Amino acid sequence: MSLARTERMLYAGCRLASICSGLIVLFIGFFLFKESLPLLLKINPMRFLNDPGWHPTEGQFGLFPMFAGSLLITVGAMIVAAPLGIILAVFCRFFAPRKIANAYQALLSVLSGIPSVVFGLWGLVVLAPIIRHVQPPGVSLLAGVLVLAVMILPTIALSANAAMTSVPFEYLQGAAALGFSKWQRVWGVAIPAARPGIVTGMILGAGRAIGETMVVLMVCGNVVQVPDSVFDPVRTLTANIALEMSYALSDHRAALFVSGLMLLFVVMGFVAISESIRAKVIEK
Amino acid sequence: MILVAASSNLTNKIKQGLILSLSIYLGGMSFAARNAHADPSESQLVLTGSSTVAPLAAEIAHHFEKMHRQVRVDVQTGGSSRGIADARRGLADIGMVSRHLKPAEEHLWEFPIAYDGITLIVHKSNPVDGLSNNEVREIYQGRINNWKMLGGRDAPITVVNKAAGHSTLELFTDYFHLKQQEIRASVIIGDNAQGIKTVAGNPDAIAYVSIGAAAYDSGQGLPIKLLPVDQVSPTLFNLQSGKFPILRPLNLVTLEVPEGWVKKFIQFARSPEMKSIIQEQYFVPRPD
Amino acid sequence: MLCTGVAVGVGLFFFWLIGDIFLKGAPGITWEFLWDEPENAGRKGGIAPVLVSTAAILLVTLGTAVPIGFGTAVFLAEFSQGKTTLGRMVRRALDVLASVPSIIFGLFGNAVFSHWMGLGFSILSGGLTLACMVLPILIRTIEAGLRAVPLSTRLSAAALGLSRVAVLRDLIFPAAVPSLAAGLLLGLGRALSETAALIFTSGYVSRMPESLLDSGRSLSVHIYDLAMNVPGGDTHAYASAWVLIVLLFSINGLTALCLDHWGKTRMRGL
Repeated sequence: MSLARTERMLYAGCRLASICSGLIVLFIGFFLFKESLPLLLKINPMRFLNDPGWHPTEGQFGLFPMFAGSLLITVGAMIVAAPLGIILAVFCRFFAPRKIANAYQALLSVLSGIPSVVFGLWGLVVLAPIIRHVQPPGVSLLAGVLVLAVMILPTIALSANAAMTSVPFEYLQGAAALGFSKWQRVWGVAIPAARPGIVTGMILGAGRAIGETMVVLMVCGNVVQVPDSVFDPVRTLTANIALEMSYALSDHRAALFVSGLMLLFVVMGFVAISESIRAKVIEK
Repeated sequence: MILVAASSNLTNKIKQGLILSLSIYLGGMSFAARNAHADPSESQLVLTGSSTVAPLAAEIAHHFEKMHRQVRVDVQTGGSSRGIADARRGLADIGMVSRHLKPAEEHLWEFPIAYDGITLIVHKSNPVDGLSNNEVREIYQGRINNWKMLGGRDAPITVVNKAAGHSTLELFTDYFHLKQQEIRASVIIGDNAQGIKTVAGNPDAIAYVSIGAAAYDSGQGLPIKLLPVDQVSPTLFNLQSGKFPILRPLNLVTLEVPEGWVKKFIQFARSPEMKSIIQEQYFVPRPD
Repeated sequence: MLCTGVAVGVGLFFFWLIGDIFLKGAPGITWEFLWDEPENAGRKGGIAPVLVSTAAILLVTLGTAVPIGFGTAVFLAEFSQGKTTLGRMVRRALDVLASVPSIIFGLFGNAVFSHWMGLGFSILSGGLTLACMVLPILIRTIEAGLRAVPLSTRLSAAALGLSRVAVLRDLIFPAAVPSLAAGLLLGLGRALSETAALIFTSGYVSRMPESLLDSGRSLSVHIYDLAMNVPGGDTHAYASAWVLIVLLFSINGLTALCLDHWGKTRMRGL
C-alpha cells in the first residue's frame, strides 16, 4: 500500500515539476504580450515596421532598422565564422598531428567558455579603436560582426570537428583505396558525410549571435539606422532593450516589450527554418 | 520493510527540495514584509532616478550612513523620468531629477540640492576651442560632418547622442532648438560617463554631458576638453553666477511632505556640510 | 596548406585575445582587490560585495532550478520516456525555452519578478530569472545521465522484483550522480556568464547586500558597467574579467572531470 503511495507521490512531484518547467516558456510569451498590449491596442501594429524613426518618447516606434540590424549582424557573423570553423575542423581532423589537434580543441573549448561580456570588453577596448583608425567611429556593424564571429567560431568548429570524427573510418579508407587525394577525401567524402553535424553547429552559432546582447550593445554604437556600409553603427533588437529599458516608462516601456516580442518571433521563425533545413540535410 | 523505509526516505528528499525552494520564496517574502513595515530603528531609504544626480547622492548617502549606522541608503540610476515615476508610485522614497519639475509634476515636493550645467565636450587633442550655437545645431543635424569645416583636422565628426528618456537630452535639444528626429548621431550612449568615455577614446568625437561629470573626469586626468556654450566657459564661477546658459537644478523629489529619515536625509543633503562634497563632484552648491 | 595557414592565423588571434585579457587583468589581482568594497565607482577598491552578490544570485538560481529541474528530468527519463503527450509537450517547450535569448529572460524577469511579484531590483528577482534560463540545460544533462543507465540494469532490477522507487534510488541515481553534478556545473557556468538578464532584474548596486531583497551587482554586470560607464574603469574591468574567467575555467574543469568519470561518449549530442 504505502509503497504504491510513495511511487504515486514521486510521480506526482515529478509531474508537477515538469508542468512547471513546461509552462515557463508560455509564461514568457504571455508576459511579453501582456506588457506590450497597451501599446499594441493604442497604435496600429504596422507602425512598428513603418514608422520613419525610433523616438518612443515622441510617439514614433519604428523597429525596422533594429530588425535589419539584428539580421545583418547575424548573417555577417555567419559569413565570417562558418568557413573558418569548417576549415579549423578539417585542420584538426586531417592535417594536424594528434597532439596539436588536441591542444587546438582544448583552446577552442576554452574560448567557447568565455562569457560574452568579456568579448564585449575586448571589442570595445581593443578592436573598436583599430577599426576607428580605418574609418571612424569604430563602434560599428563591422566590430559587432567580427566580435560575434570570434565568439561563435569555437561552437561551429567544435561541432564540425565532432561530426567529422564520427564519419565512419571505412568511408575514408575506401576513398583512399580508390586513389582519392587527401583533399578529395576531405571535401568529397568527410564534409558531405558530416553535414548534419556541421549544420547543427552553424544553427547553434547563429542562434547565439542573434540573441546576443552584451557584445552588440558594447561595440555597435547603437544608432538606429539601416547601415549603408559595414563601418556604420547599428542597433539590434537586443541592444535596444538593454540600452533603454532602465529609463523607459509607459508607452516607451511597452514599445521595448514589443521589441522583445519581435525578437522572440525572429528567433522562433529562425528555429523553425533551421529545423526544416536540418531535416532536409539529414534526409539527404 | 526496508524498501518502505528507503522509499519514504526518498520522498523525504523530494520534500526537502520543495521545502528548500519554498523557504527561499518565503524568506524573500518575509524580507519584503520587513521592508514594508519598516522598523523605525533600522530602515532603508531608496533613491532612484537621474544618472547625473546618482553619484552625488551616493556620496552624500555614504556620509549619511556613517552618521546614522541604522540606516541603509540605496541609490539606483534610471533617468529623471524614472525618478519622478518611482517617487509617484512609492517605489522609491526619494526620486532624483536633474531638471525643473514640469507643470504636470508639480504635485511632487522638490528640493534642489545643487546645480549643474550641460556642456559640449571634445577630445583634448581637438584644436577646435569653441562652437557657435548654430554650428552645434548643424553638427547634430549632420550638415557639418567634418572638423575641417570648423577649422579643425580633416576628420569626420563622431556625433555622440543620448538615448531616449534622459533629461540631459531634453535640455540639450530645447536649448539648441533641435528636434530629436533630426539628430544624426554616430554613437548613442546612456549615462554621462559613457559619453565621456567615448570622447576620451575617440579624438574626433563630440558629446554633450553634465558639467559636473565632465569636470570631475577631466580633473582625474582624462583627455577631454569642455567647450564654452555661447562663448561662456563652463567654469564654476560662471555656473554660480548664473551666466552659463544651460543650467539645471539637481532635485530630490518626494510624493509626501518628507518625514522621518527621508526628511533627515534631505536636510542633510542640503546642509552646509555637504558643500565641499558637492564641489568635489564639480557641481555648484546652492547659494546661501 | 590553406588549412594549416588559417589554423595558425586563428590560433594566434585567439592567443592574442586570451593573452590580452590575462595580461591586462593579472596585475590588478591582489588580496585587497578581492576583499575590499569598490570605491570611486569601481575605479579603486575591490570587488568583495560583487562576489557576495554573485554568489547569492547563483544560490537562489540553483536552489530554485535544481528541485524543479531534477523532478522534470526524472519525469522525462523515467516516467514518460518521451511517449506521453505531457512528456512530449514538456520536451518541446524546453527546446523552445533553450533558444530564447537571454535579454528576453531579462524582460520577463523584470515584468514578473520585479514588478508583478513586487520583488523590485533584487538578488531574488535576478536569481529566479536565471533559474528559468538554466532549466533547459540542467534538465537535458540530468535526463541524459538518467537515460544512460543501461537497460540491462533496469531489466535485472525489475526481474528481482524491485519497486520503481527502489530502482531509482539504488541503481539509477547513484549511476547518474556525475551527470547531476555536470548538469549543476553547466547551469552554474551559464548563470555566471550571464549579464543581459541581470541588468534590469538584480540591478546595479555595488554594495554589500544584506538580504535577498537588496539589489546586487553580479561580476559580469560589474565588468559591463566598468567597461561602458566608468571612464578609467578599464583596468578594474580587466581584473574582474580575469576573476570571472578563472571561476568559469574552474567550473568547466570540474564539469570535464565529472563527464570523464561518467564516460565521454554518453554526453554526445549535448
